[in-house]
Amino acid sequence: MSGFSGITGRGMVLLVLAALGLAVAPFVADRYLVSVLTTVLWFAYVGQAWNVMMGFSGLLSLGHALYVGLGAYVSAALFVHFGIGPWAGMVLAMLVAVVAGCIIGFLGFRFGVKGVHFALLTIAFAEVARIGFDHITWVGGSGGFFLPVEAGASDPLNLRGSPMLFYYVALALVVGALLLSRVLLHSRLGYQWLAVREEPDAAEASGVDLFRARMTAVAVSSALTALGGVFQAFYFNNLFPEQVFSMGRSIEIILPAIVGGIGTLVGPILGAFILTPLGEALTFLIEAGGLDLPGLKQLFYGAALVVIVVFRPEGVWPWLARRLRLVRQPGEGA
Amino acid sequence: MPIDYYLNIAASGLLTGLVYGLAALGLSVIFGVVRVVNFAHGEMMVAGMYGAVLLGGWLGLDPLLSAPIMAALLFVCGWLLQRGLVNRFVERPEHMQFILLLGVATILVNAMLMLFGPDARNVQVPYSFDTVEIGPMLLDAVRLRAGAAAIVVAAVLFAFFRFSRTGKAIRACADNPLGARVVGLNIDGLYALTFGIGAAVVGVAGALMTLLVDARPQLAPEYTLLSFIIVIVGGLGSLPGALLGGVLIGMSEALAGFLLTPSLKSLFSYGVLIVVLLLRPQGLLGKRS
Repeated sequence: MSGFSGITGRGMVLLVLAALGLAVAPFVADRYLVSVLTTVLWFAYVGQAWNVMMGFSGLLSLGHALYVGLGAYVSAALFVHFGIGPWAGMVLAMLVAVVAGCIIGFLGFRFGVKGVHFALLTIAFAEVARIGFDHITWVGGSGGFFLPVEAGASDPLNLRGSPMLFYYVALALVVGALLLSRVLLHSRLGYQWLAVREEPDAAEASGVDLFRARMTAVAVSSALTALGGVFQAFYFNNLFPEQVFSMGRSIEIILPAIVGGIGTLVGPILGAFILTPLGEALTFLIEAGGLDLPGLKQLFYGAALVVIVVFRPEGVWPWLARRLRLVRQPGEGA
Repeated sequence: MPIDYYLNIAASGLLTGLVYGLAALGLSVIFGVVRVVNFAHGEMMVAGMYGAVLLGGWLGLDPLLSAPIMAALLFVCGWLLQRGLVNRFVERPEHMQFILLLGVATILVNAMLMLFGPDARNVQVPYSFDTVEIGPMLLDAVRLRAGAAAIVVAAVLFAFFRFSRTGKAIRACADNPLGARVVGLNIDGLYALTFGIGAAVVGVAGALMTLLVDARPQLAPEYTLLSFIIVIVGGLGSLPGALLGGVLIGMSEALAGFLLTPSLKSLFSYGVLIVVLLLRPQGLLGKRS
């Protein structure tokens, strides 16, 4: 179920249709819809990035906002202070995030910090970053960090341009992450991750270097997430530590994969396509009703989380795929 | 006399820390017995705070008197939560429990945001600005009362677990769930009772906290994390450890707020957490598993 080889003809048709639809969407959809789709794609992307750690390797990170924030701040600072564009800046942004991830991973794995404690360690580092960045005046501190915006600018080399540009960049990120996940999952490393996730002791006994397998998962996940941060910085042009590094953001990042299906390739994408439009529709309805209820969208996300873990703990995708026969059932042959 | 300064700050940090410790005690009780980490703990605490604020506003009740009412209310909520939702997750993987309670926490905090708005609310008490002189120290009356009440509640809790039949049964359940079942204890009932007790304790801590800080929904995740830090520093599942951890964190926060800037004080707590996780992952008073 995790690869593409098990997809049935019907599933293939749907996949191609979905890809085509996404490819032409900006030409038929209006501005608002494109912005919603861009948000969907962003969450699909960071959800995939998170999935590498939790879904493939069984490492629960509840502090992924840290990598988003580091990616965003590093690339934005390079651009604002040194005029270095995001295509070059993203290398350093990813590097910084990987270093941060490896520090957390090293401390966690070397000292045997497991399960709940490891999740807390990731939260602690994200919180430290949030409070720390509030005090770094070089990037604006708690007052926020702003990227210069020119109306009508079109400079793809510096990731400046129309919403359509950002849409396609986000789409490319999602497709890239999907293909990368698929390649990794079917590589030697991917099988090691799965073994470490399922039975760490057995994996170690059969010669898998637990520490290395886990560290690479953290490195890949943090690097991918940092790219999402770079995108966010140049898309929104403003960064506030209270938002970028917040615990709430970390939760939003884990939602798509949980709703769609932890450990599956399609799950995070499907989850983002379920959650974000529902959240947007809710906001739209509230505004149309003339109400001002700031917490309702988050309340809905919380309820979605509870409903999913209670009724579909394996996520929507595995269930949907079985129901609609999009993947071959076990025993149906290849 | 600068030494008096430090003494004063340490003492008021200790008193605040006792309330923190009480909140963490609730978390520790739940984790120690049900083996589930209550990620909605700070949210329950802030619910206790709002309860005390409302009771103070409507009936003019002192938070010290609202505390038992909030304990009863939150006991029922905790009991229902365990019975209705958490109990079926006891045997599930850890991350599933975590995510479930994260969902509950998100619902709670946003419900409070919608009900009460983002602005800070407080309770008026006649002794808000009174101070008490003890030796060289000048302490706030509110802080002294909150700290003293926290000690009383913690003592009652310790006595309950030590001497009552039910308390002993819960401890048996924590030590050996299978054995407890074999001798005929109703595990599910005891789990629900324990979750209720943990929620009641944090409800009291919330009511007491209104004496020290204004209630805001944004406090909820902060208190959840703070309780975690304290429990881990003190030792998961160790009740005296939770109280000790609370006092330590309270004092270090107070000193950090004084020596550095107040906005950096929680950074200090995270620093303490990271150091303890690395050097003594079982916590100061925890047993190595």
